[in-house]
Amino acid sequence: MPVTLSHYLFLAGILFAISILGIFLNRKNIILILMAIELMLLAVNINFIAFSYYLGDLAGQIFVFFILTVAAAESAIGLAIIILIFRNYKSINVADLNRLKQ
Amino acid sequence: MMQFSDYIFYFFSSILILASLKVITANNPVYSALSLVLAFFSAAGIWLLLHAEFLAIALVLVYVGAVMVLFLFVVMMLDINLESLKRGFWSYFPFAILIAGVFIVEIYLVVSDKFFLESQIETFGTSKSNTHSIGNILYTDYLLPFQISAVILLVAIISAIALTMSGHKSHKAIDPKDQIKVKRNDRIRIVKMKSEKR
Amino acid sequence: MTLLPLYTLIPTLPLLASVITGLFGSKLPKTFSHLLPILFVFASFIISLYALYISSHGYIFNETLFRWLTVGQYDLKIGFLIDNLSALMMVVVTFVSLMVHVYTIGYMKDDQGYSRFFSFISLFTFAMLMLVMSNNFLQLFFGWEAVGLVSYLLIGFWYQKPTAIHANMKAFLVNRIGDFGFLLGISLILFWFGSLDYIDVFNRLEALSEQNIQIMGSSISLMTLIAILLFIGAMGKSAQVPLHVWLPDSMEGPTPISALIHAATMVTAGIFLIARVSPIVEFSETALCFILIIGSITALFMGLLGIFQSDIKRVIAYSTLSQLGYMTIALGVSSYSLAIFHLFTHAFFKALLFLGAGSVIIGMHHEQNIFSMGNLKKYMPITWITFLLATLALVGMPFFSGFYSKESIIEAVKHSELMGSSFAYFAAVIGVFITSLYSFRLYLIVFHGNENWRTSKSKHHHGLDSSESPHESDWVVTLPLIILAIPSVIIGFFTITPILTTDFLSNTLMIKETHRALAHVVEHFDGPFGMALHSVLTLPFWLMIFGFVTAYYIYYKKYNWIKLPRIVNKIIDEKYGFDRLNESIIAPLTLKLGSFLWNFVDMKFIDNVLVNGVARLINSFSLVTKKIQTGYVSHYAFGMAIALIAFISYFIIGWLL
Repeated sequence: MPVTLSHYLFLAGILFAISILGIFLNRKNIILILMAIELMLLAVNINFIAFSYYLGDLAGQIFVFFILTVAAAESAIGLAIIILIFRNYKSINVADLNRLKQ
Repeated sequence: MMQFSDYIFYFFSSILILASLKVITANNPVYSALSLVLAFFSAAGIWLLLHAEFLAIALVLVYVGAVMVLFLFVVMMLDINLESLKRGFWSYFPFAILIAGVFIVEIYLVVSDKFFLESQIETFGTSKSNTHSIGNILYTDYLLPFQISAVILLVAIISAIALTMSGHKSHKAIDPKDQIKVKRNDRIRIVKMKSEKR
Repeated sequence: MTLLPLYTLIPTLPLLASVITGLFGSKLPKTFSHLLPILFVFASFIISLYALYISSHGYIFNETLFRWLTVGQYDLKIGFLIDNLSALMMVVVTFVSLMVHVYTIGYMKDDQGYSRFFSFISLFTFAMLMLVMSNNFLQLFFGWEAVGLVSYLLIGFWYQKPTAIHANMKAFLVNRIGDFGFLLGISLILFWFGSLDYIDVFNRLEALSEQNIQIMGSSISLMTLIAILLFIGAMGKSAQVPLHVWLPDSMEGPTPISALIHAATMVTAGIFLIARVSPIVEFSETALCFILIIGSITALFMGLLGIFQSDIKRVIAYSTLSQLGYMTIALGVSSYSLAIFHLFTHAFFKALLFLGAGSVIIGMHHEQNIFSMGNLKKYMPITWITFLLATLALVGMPFFSGFYSKESIIEAVKHSELMGSSFAYFAAVIGVFITSLYSFRLYLIVFHGNENWRTSKSKHHHGLDSSESPHESDWVVTLPLIILAIPSVIIGFFTITPILTTDFLSNTLMIKETHRALAHVVEHFDGPFGMALHSVLTLPFWLMIFGFVTAYYIYYKKYNWIKLPRIVNKIIDEKYGFDRLNESIIAPLTLKLGSFLWNFVDMKFIDNVLVNGVARLINSFSLVTKKIQTGYVSHYAFGMAIALIAFISYFIIGWLL
């Protein structure tokens, strides 16, 4: 089957679904949740680039650029927070992070 | 009629899907991170197919080279109790797979040819490279967002450092907070002495 | 040079005096407490005289002092409109106020609240001046409420006396009813005319004079509605039936107050109001008729009650009610200038009567029952003479001031063609007899006859012992009596000619061509002297004489040849049952309505359902939603995914259909 825009979009959809699945399955591991979010962003980026290519508009690529920037910032801060959490709780189990609720 | 590039697409996308499945199911976060690296690599390959050369390179350099290494560092640095994290891993599985399945089916319905007709492929001007064209727009139309993203990165750097820096002091700078709170008695002491005789 | 700063001084000086006396009076010497207000009010009086002089030359002053606030498209300003009407009122107010200030030095000599009292009467002078000088309805209303407040404070001046507290509460509540009507009237004016300035409103009258508005399906002329609503306000303040019940009770206050507020000035504010809005009232036959009937009822029946009172002040209070009725009758037959004229003369002789009564009360050591008095002419000559002069003015003895104003009103009513004017004429004429009867009764019992306190068996804690004799009051008390006696006697003689024949007052008042009552009076007017001589041939004069003769025989010679049936006595005792009606029907009903509104609307509906209900709803809703807030990121992500899927499903279903 020749590859069309739909193929790229479907691929991105599958990737997104997998990352949702990942968030549910690894609901206790905060690092894996972060990784799943990275995957989600990747799926979105694939969408952007595919549209950019098929519509002939470079704006899509520019947005991917910004998403990459923000995602990098996000993972940097996220990991920093994880380190802080681990320092304080000796654990990165999400179930243990319930101090606000108490 | 399938072209060669189509085979490459199928090749990369199957690797991408498998790698991402491995990311979410791996027993050890290290394997997850390494699988994520693989997923990013194959995504970069797909982007190359879409003539997004600059971004593909950027993905490899920035994500694989920097972010993923950061992930690996963190994962390895922390002494994670994997047992407790893995407990109950499969208990949500049926429900989650149902959600994911429904989602995939719906996406399929949306993006299948019924909705998206075969689109016209427009190529960007071939005279300039992808990097050149991106640069052209980025530094003209998107100059302000570009600057803002730079600031965001700066903030991320500073905050990441500020958050993780451990408490002990290795420098001689004075905290402004302490400077404000200082009282006269902290600094000088008036001592009464008898004047010396000449 | 503009007159604005000068005119601003008129109300400001009493206000200043009031504030200074009120805040610092108790710390300063007593002389200061009365000297400052007297000086300031005197200055006000002088400027008011000047204002009257200016305006009598036909100059109408109308300027804005400052803009108070702007609400949407409406500009609310504070300003003065000084024409002959307001200038005359200003002179009356400041003059009587000045007299009362002086009188108070003697009357309140040993009272605890000496400086407080002076502060209050100065404040009253300020409020009343703001009321009459106003050039718009809002400021008028402000002054209106302010005089009501001071009246409340002063009726309850002796706040340890339970009756005084009841009386001031009653005055306040009854006035609220009137004020409610007044406020509605002002709101209607603002709504339809878009302005509250007199001049603006009067300029737009023609355009709206035919306007009808729908109320509960029936169509009512806008002018009628506004005029009647404003008159309801006037009824409250000027104590017209059935809102008169507060005035007799207000006699619980100190006597100077009764003279100043409840006889000479504040109660006439309603008359002033209707005269001021005469252009509006003129457009409505119905409203005029309503005013006329109410005035006639008040004039006749309230006077009747005066015959049976035993408290010296209450007799004069009912007399005031009756005279206010006369003024209202004059308003009803479109003779606004006559109403103001009667207001003007009445202010002097009624203030004099009250102050004279106060002097008697001082002499009798705070005994107010007339049957414990008698033969006071022997002991209090000045009070006796001035009281007699005031009585003669009140009953309408020719050449006295009351005669000219009252006689003109009766004459005007006679010529009116308004519906109900024959009843009004009857009421006014009979009223002359009644006025004469109760006035001479009071006069004869108090100043002639036996010295009853010597034989009185009742053991009051106040009043004279049987061995003591009353003696004449201080000069601060008698001086105002003498000064007030002069205008009471002569002012009518000198002012009736300009009021009737020139346009002294009529340049600010408006009378429709079809309302000819006043014009008839003017046509038949043949000078003050001729009028007095001519009156000897008229019915009112002989009725007045008849009233005197009756009073003489019943109360002096004690011919008890009339035995009133018990039912009549009962009705009189109950004062026609207005109080009983209020207490046994209106008040309980209002109370029931109030407690219903409180219990069901306020407590159950607003508090329980609306206020607490919302809180409870949120509370119970959050108890449910709390369970969603697990704190686990995966649960939130799950929610997002579900929502995402729901949106896509919605999109797809819409697409497929």
